[in-house]
Amino acid sequence: MLIFTIRRLLLAIPTLLFISFIIFLVVTLAPSDPTANLPLTIPPEVKQKIRESLGLGQPLPVRYFKWLWQFVYIEPAHYLNQAFGFSIDTGQRILSWQTRSPVMDIISQRMPQTLWVVGTSYVVAILIAVPIGVISAYKQYSWFDQIGTFISMIGFSVPTFFTGVLLIVIFSVHLGWFPSIYDTTHSVTDWDSFVVQVKQMIMPTFVLALANAAQLSRFMRASMLDNLSQDYVRTARAKGLQEKTVLLVHVLRNSMIPVITVIALGIPNIFGSAIITEQVFKVNGIGQLLIIAIQGGDVPTVQTITFIFAILIVLFNLLADILYGVFDPRIRYD
Amino acid sequence: MTEMTDDTLKIIDRPAKSQLRDVWEQFSAHKGALIGAAFFLFVVLFVLIGPFLWLYDPTFIDIRSRNQGMSFAHPFGTDQLGRDIFARVMKGGQVSLAVGITAMLLSLVVGTGIGVLAGYFKRLDGPLMRFTDLFLALPLLPLLLVIIMLFREKLNGTFGPEGGIFILMVSAIGITSWMQTARIVRGDVLALKEREFVLAAKSIGTPSQRMISRHILPNVLSPILVSATLGIANAIITESALSFLGLGFPPDFPTWGRLLFDATDYMQQYPERVLWPGLAISFTVLAVNYIGDGLRDALDPRIRGR
Amino acid sequence: MKHLKTLLLASAASMVAASGAFADGHEGKRGRDGEVKIIYWQAPSILNSYLSGGTKDIESASMVIEPLARFNEKGELVPYLAESIPTVENGGVSSDLKTITWKIKPGIKWSDGTDFTSEDVKFTAEYCMHPEGGCAQSAKFDGVDTVEAVDPLTVKVTFKEPKPVPYAAFVGGQSPIIQKAQFQDCLGAKAPECTEANFGPIGTGPFVVTDFKPNDVIQMAANENYREEGKPAFAKVTFKGGGDAAAAGRAVMETGEFDYAWNMQLAPDVLAKMAEGGKGTPISAFGTLVERIEMNMTDPSPDLPEGERATAKHAHPILSDERVRRALSMAIDRPLLVEIGYGQAGRPTCNLVPAPQAYASDNTGCLTQDMAGAKKLLDEAGWVPGADGVREKDGKKLSLTYQTSTNAVRQDFQALIKQWWQELGVNTELRNIDASVFFGGDPASPDTFQKFYSDVEMYANNFDGTDPEQYLGQYTCEKAPKPESQWQGENINRFCNADYDKLVEELGRTGEISKRQEIAKKLNDMLTKDSMTIVPLVDRGRVSAAATSLGGVVLNTWDSELWNVADWYRKK
Repeated sequence: MLIFTIRRLLLAIPTLLFISFIIFLVVTLAPSDPTANLPLTIPPEVKQKIRESLGLGQPLPVRYFKWLWQFVYIEPAHYLNQAFGFSIDTGQRILSWQTRSPVMDIISQRMPQTLWVVGTSYVVAILIAVPIGVISAYKQYSWFDQIGTFISMIGFSVPTFFTGVLLIVIFSVHLGWFPSIYDTTHSVTDWDSFVVQVKQMIMPTFVLALANAAQLSRFMRASMLDNLSQDYVRTARAKGLQEKTVLLVHVLRNSMIPVITVIALGIPNIFGSAIITEQVFKVNGIGQLLIIAIQGGDVPTVQTITFIFAILIVLFNLLADILYGVFDPRIRYD
Repeated sequence: MTEMTDDTLKIIDRPAKSQLRDVWEQFSAHKGALIGAAFFLFVVLFVLIGPFLWLYDPTFIDIRSRNQGMSFAHPFGTDQLGRDIFARVMKGGQVSLAVGITAMLLSLVVGTGIGVLAGYFKRLDGPLMRFTDLFLALPLLPLLLVIIMLFREKLNGTFGPEGGIFILMVSAIGITSWMQTARIVRGDVLALKEREFVLAAKSIGTPSQRMISRHILPNVLSPILVSATLGIANAIITESALSFLGLGFPPDFPTWGRLLFDATDYMQQYPERVLWPGLAISFTVLAVNYIGDGLRDALDPRIRGR
Repeated sequence: MKHLKTLLLASAASMVAASGAFADGHEGKRGRDGEVKIIYWQAPSILNSYLSGGTKDIESASMVIEPLARFNEKGELVPYLAESIPTVENGGVSSDLKTITWKIKPGIKWSDGTDFTSEDVKFTAEYCMHPEGGCAQSAKFDGVDTVEAVDPLTVKVTFKEPKPVPYAAFVGGQSPIIQKAQFQDCLGAKAPECTEANFGPIGTGPFVVTDFKPNDVIQMAANENYREEGKPAFAKVTFKGGGDAAAAGRAVMETGEFDYAWNMQLAPDVLAKMAEGGKGTPISAFGTLVERIEMNMTDPSPDLPEGERATAKHAHPILSDERVRRALSMAIDRPLLVEIGYGQAGRPTCNLVPAPQAYASDNTGCLTQDMAGAKKLLDEAGWVPGADGVREKDGKKLSLTYQTSTNAVRQDFQALIKQWWQELGVNTELRNIDASVFFGGDPASPDTFQKFYSDVEMYANNFDGTDPEQYLGQYTCEKAPKPESQWQGENINRFCNADYDKLVEELGRTGEISKRQEIAKKLNDMLTKDSMTIVPLVDRGRVSAAATSLGGVVLNTWDSELWNVADWYRKK
């Protein structure tokens, strides 16, 4: 298992390098201009000077290797210096064109709210999806299954920007229960502030959870259906085990194996798909940062965030494979 | 659009009659799928034939009758320029469905092609699956946004603003959504290769091309059909999400996503304006998903008839 | 120069109900009113106005760093860090118009407690004029030869050429003074490395930055060293960024979560509906921003070889005829455009320079639509209706391409105008281009507004401050974008008229204010009603929203909207 993991990790390096190059090319070749959003009262000569000061005049390979070096060496070195007081000689960190500050600092600043909202919604989604999936499968084509199917269908059929705005109009504007704008400066210190935090998280979490739970519950249902028709289930029943034991111990455990990997695989994706929800509820997290950077032609930021997403996907893919091996003894990695 | 449904029917026609009937029975037992199929057919007819029967032009501005509610003359009301929303929803539906179906076809062709090649030819398996993994590792939504930024103007120049963005949308959605199909198809092909009838065909020296078209493809149809329905749903949602982020079709070009996005500001005064495109997207996707669900149940012998 | 004061006093009347700026009962201790929450739907990225020209950045920074003088809501100059406005009369501006001497108010301290001196002013100029710094406001320092710190409270700016209007450097929100001690290691190429300073500049303004999250939120606290007793009334500011105009408006006017929202670019009926929420009201004021249609005077035909396309080598085959341009303008119903697109935030105009009042020509001829007149004019010009309703002349169809940036209101305008022109017998092909490409100055892209590979195009532009000299000076022959200049240049239409150029030159030499106004009006008329090269549509104001409980707000389009944030208070 260890050897398998190490081999996969080593294999991931060329993959990631290749991905980083693709991302770099795509982002750099995009015809967006960091000075395009400036007011027209700023004369073109000045805009040209600004572009030069951002390093836009340099040839492509120079820019790619400079960025790669910054990403794989300078940034980690910087954190080592900070954490352990090392004094590794570093150079210029990756600077955003819009804010002229290190991209990594902004990303770590955005992490908490993204993790809060996206993380909670994923947990909620799992908690909803698993029971629904189990019951739907056990009572296939019953009214519960039909309704569960219908709700989960709605969950991934209705776009989040529609449900999001709808919720804001109902709960913020008409009822006034929840704030329509997420306060990123809020910190939880006591019970009251915790309530405030919960209130501002409810709507974005619900929207995301609904969308994710829908897919997960379908998976759970399919996986349960697969297992329910297996021979071992019949054997267990024949042994005279209680139906509850058969279902919750034997079938559920085996059905969870593929679902767990699906959950692991889904984690990096939800960061990406949370972009729209973050936009709707003004949760200024990673997704919103990415959108602003794309709109503002902020190449270093776009590149860095997309690459981090790619790393997450590769890592969680690996994790999913390892989990599969751990939970399913039939699978052997040699 | 109608050609598409005809095609699928023809393809299903090929295997033995009894099997088809079996599948149909199973499919029609799934009430949701049946209703979904009926609704989808209705939507397709509505957006295709509707505009011929409905006299309003979706781009005609009648400034005197702007912001009207639902009435006999304008069943869905009019927008801020006095354009008829009913006509716009029909026109928008044409575009949204066209994007959905074309993108699905593209991703299906790519996905099936790669899946079959990887599964059938051992030499290609490694490289092609690496390639698929590579695509799976790309952060798709961010990349989609960037791709659209990148190529929009160039394609607009060549194909006009509508044609350009259509091609862009379809290809962007298509090339970022074929991977699941490829994986599933490859798995099925690998299993098929060990089956007796394939081995038999091989032993009499059937060339690969014929093997694939006669024996392999017809037998991996069921996962492809399921992917197809999910693909349509996915493409329609992606298109509207991109329109929502301001990166889709231009504002003067109605699609369901665009209409919904434009209407969200007016949600409180004219809720019906959000409602119609919103319902159109949601119900169409719902219908398509139900069809997919029904197909999966009908085509998967393990689930069938429990 | 002696009319300067009167000019500035007479400049544009603001529509703002400057309610209760001096009402009773809101004076007292600094920080007495707790927290004020401001929302900008574009999030500030940096608090150093010299490294970003974005309005959001300049305005958020204006709460912290201040210039020597600002424009008030009427467009008059008011001293901020300076004791008074230097003029020729008071000897502050030399009689040859080549130097200006600013006297600084004594006793001003930076928020860190150190003294504010002329060295800081001098340093600010040095910072922005550094050739490698990529300073976004370097145009403000155009023509500045030297900046000297004569004594700790006196700064003398010397210009290379006589400057009739020397109020650009150190004036207005775009050109605030930064602290030398904080920024002295950040000159030139090192400017972006000073993240801490760029995110939290030490200033003289009413607030100090306590926490800055780029593109998200700024938190500020009252500046204990602020020069005015009892101000600001608020102890804390939360400045949130991001989202969209509708959400920001909702947060102020409907849910009351925020006190002030910037730039409500919303459809009029949406805004009106939000105002019914009762928690806040929209406020509006007008500046110099004009949405206009620009006519291409050169031939943009793709058949021409690259390098000659849309250059002065080929005159436009259709639009060179003044009658066609005039007819196109006459067919437009401007009041209706305003009603649909801007409501309270717009008014129809026929002028390129709609304000200040003293500079605005009394040009109202275009305000009523005249379809019949327009048709007649085209008949006269030889364009007669063809079989398909499109006018023709010598076998050539009257067909135009009309481009603009992608933006919901602009596309509505395009659709409306297309319909009117269709009625006129003009076939119009619409194009819209993403704003970042359209306004991005990439000389390789065929779709920039400077390149103008289209017959007509629509966008909005304005000028900083109250003097239109530089703005009108953009339309001289030599400023036309062309391949030789990398398509840089502000004369978008390639308008070229020797008389105009001469008049612009004269304006540069004229110091007397009433004379300047007269010339400016004449220049404006030459571009608009005389030649119809520029077809102004809407004078676009600024609409913001303020909570009903927020007092002291005076909307200002001549400077940062938050220019008087020190005077804001909570109504009791």
